[in-house]
Amino acid sequence: MNQYETVFILTPVLSEEQMKEAVKKYEDFLTKNGAEIVHRENWGLRKLAYPIQKKSTGFYHLLEYKAEGTIVAPLEVQFKRDERVMRFLTVRLDKHAVAYNEKKRRKAKESKEAKA
Amino acid sequence: MAQSNSDIKYLTPIAVDTKKKKYCRFKKNGIKYIDYKDENFLMKFINEQGKLLPRRITGTSTKYQKKVSQAVKRARHLALLPYVADLLK
Repeated sequence: MNQYETVFILTPVLSEEQMKEAVKKYEDFLTKNGAEIVHRENWGLRKLAYPIQKKSTGFYHLLEYKAEGTIVAPLEVQFKRDERVMRFLTVRLDKHAVAYNEKKRRKAKESKEAKA
Repeated sequence: MAQSNSDIKYLTPIAVDTKKKKYCRFKKNGIKYIDYKDENFLMKFINEQGKLLPRRITGTSTKYQKKVSQAVKRARHLALLPYVADLLK
């Protein structure tokens, strides 16, 4: 079991519901294939540093999950076939990366609680 | 008559070329992982054209320069940083 992190960019032409559905599709795909989703993040509509497919913005989503390495290739095939996905990147997290992400999440949680 | 050098006095101490020793910020601060999603941090390692700064300028050690370069390349792929730019800073 490795820990992976996937960031993908959806086209800005989607409506809120279509976007949620697309994200759900990938979450379901992961859970169905025996992955355990550790964390999900929605960065919202962001400006791109350069145009992709003639679009200057995109919906960024991040999924962090624990899974076997065999899951990555079929997941990326799904991304390639999906026209709603403009870009994607999957990386395996080493132990430092996992620690970093956990620390980041803990900090975010604390600042949220401090605000509330 | 020859005047000795000690007679010359400056109001402000002259700027002698004191080279500041460069150091690797990752080693010094114990940073183990460089996040490719943090584009504001990566901005410190690229010039205004979006190119990676060399080690001799940033002082990063070889080990971490490799990681910086990997992170910048990932950020570029995800359109967090530009591949080419002008007046980025």
